[in-house]
Amino acid sequence: MTELSSPAPVPVRVVRTESPWRRFLRTFVKHKLALVGLGVLVLMGLAALLAPQLTPYTFDGQDLDIIGTPQPPSRIHLMGTDELGRDAFTRVLYGARISLSVGISSALIATLLGTLIGALAGYYRGWIDTLLMRFTDVVLSIPLLPLVILVSGMIRPSVTLLICIIGALGWMGTARLVRGQFLSLREREYVEASRALGGSHGRIMFRHILPNAIGPVVVSTTLAVGSAIMLESALSFLGLGVQPPTPTWGNLLNSASQWLQGAPWLAVFPGLMILFTVLAVNFLGDGLRDALDPRN
Amino acid sequence: MTLNYLLKRMLGTIPLLLGVSLVLFGVLHLAPGTPMDVYADNPSVSQEALDQMKVALGLDQPLPVQYTKWVTAFFTGEWGYSIRTARPVVTEITERLWPTIILGGSSFFLALLVAVPLGVLSAVRRYSATDYGITFMSFLGISMPVFWLALMLQLLFAVQWRILPSAGMQTIGENSLVDLLRHLALPALILAFANVAGWSRYMRSSMVEVLSQDYVRTAKAKGLPHNKVVYRHALRNALIPVITVVALDFAGILSGAVITETIFAWPGIGRLFIESMNGRDYPVLLALMMLGSFALVVTNVLADLAYAAADPRIRYD
Repeated sequence: MTELSSPAPVPVRVVRTESPWRRFLRTFVKHKLALVGLGVLVLMGLAALLAPQLTPYTFDGQDLDIIGTPQPPSRIHLMGTDELGRDAFTRVLYGARISLSVGISSALIATLLGTLIGALAGYYRGWIDTLLMRFTDVVLSIPLLPLVILVSGMIRPSVTLLICIIGALGWMGTARLVRGQFLSLREREYVEASRALGGSHGRIMFRHILPNAIGPVVVSTTLAVGSAIMLESALSFLGLGVQPPTPTWGNLLNSASQWLQGAPWLAVFPGLMILFTVLAVNFLGDGLRDALDPRN
Repeated sequence: MTLNYLLKRMLGTIPLLLGVSLVLFGVLHLAPGTPMDVYADNPSVSQEALDQMKVALGLDQPLPVQYTKWVTAFFTGEWGYSIRTARPVVTEITERLWPTIILGGSSFFLALLVAVPLGVLSAVRRYSATDYGITFMSFLGISMPVFWLALMLQLLFAVQWRILPSAGMQTIGENSLVDLLRHLALPALILAFANVAGWSRYMRSSMVEVLSQDYVRTAKAKGLPHNKVVYRHALRNALIPVITVVALDFAGILSGAVITETIFAWPGIGRLFIESMNGRDYPVLLALMMLGSFALVVTNVLADLAYAAADPRIRYD
């Protein structure tokens, strides 16, 4: 009679042993556009890193024979040259270095700040929560683009400072998100268990609660990279961000706008780079959202 | 929704705006140097004159005193004088307000007119080629750098084909509506573009949710024609959450006009902002920032009210 009391539980066990990580991968690879986005970003990053190997020119090297008039794209100058005889392809490649690093670093700063503020507010509640969230409301009440323009227009920042400015003004969404997660997760049994065992506040917040709230944070960080790249380009386009001769996609467009009639190719390529990068980031973020959403 | 609630919300905006004023005041004092630095290199301005000017402008007072003075003056309508033009800040801004309202308003309605049908179409034909096409386009719209799109359209319509003017609001000496519309076309289109993308996504998801509800199935089951179910029963309910998003974005359109107005030399407050930035015209900058925040806070309240007005199930008290 022993056969009857032990039915084969095989199919159930297969589902149960799938780790969150495996489940994430399985959903993520189904999102084709997210994979394409990831691929584009990896290529973009490699191209930026390997810029000195990919091009024979330097970003401020001038060809004195053709100075004064931009040259259209040709075999030796893939994207043409600008009015100072510099190779446009090289400048776009080096521009990727600044644009990508500004985008990624300021998104990380914004996430760090937002996570910290949201975690403190959601964990401690009470007056700390009120204080932090009212402050968040205040910052959210100021139109973002004009505020960023105002701050960096007055300070005329270096690249590092610009990263800090964009990061310091982009944490509000993450803070609200993390606070919401913390408010609900702090009531779970495992938090209570850790508290009963004498776990410190810091340990409970960042070892126990935060890892369970990481999904939405990853998605918002990804999307923040896109908006940071956009902000930096807009600032540099207006002449208030990264200053020439250091090229970024934004200030390349700024100088190209004066040559729109005679040398439109100078404006086409940097803009396409911004568009493709931000598009890739948004597709990646969408795929991550689908894969990390526990409801799927 | 009672008058009481409205009053409470309006009163609630006051501490928020005071907070905003404190942050903006702080931001302005981040800048290295003082407004007096313009004269620092000028040998004909003596140290004595500088000190006198400092006292006259109140810059010798401690920061909290300066802030209190500024904030009381600001909230009583004393916005001071522009450093660049020496005219009252109020005049500077009101002169520039109208063009921005024309541009922002027309792009707002243009975006609404395109986004709602696109979102509905996307939802009704969910997972069809049309849906994927519209979704892809809206991703493109969200990821598009407006300043680049502006340059490209300028290049095509104004430089290559020469069918639209590339900048300005009016041709000098001409005062017709057609002329205004020709100048308006490109900037309004570009300003509308990003919102179409965002709003149509939102409209789609709201519509998808409503279409899956019981009363829609009931309407279909009792034999109502498809169009009537979609436009009479579903659309009206699906629009409710969209109202909130659209209202919230209205203030954003006005501040987003900073870049578009600059590229198209549109004489609105966005361009005034950049001009004042380049001229370090702090009184105008502060007033514009406060005005932008005020618009944002008020549209927030209006969005909540509109939501309650559209959906009788929502009650505030």
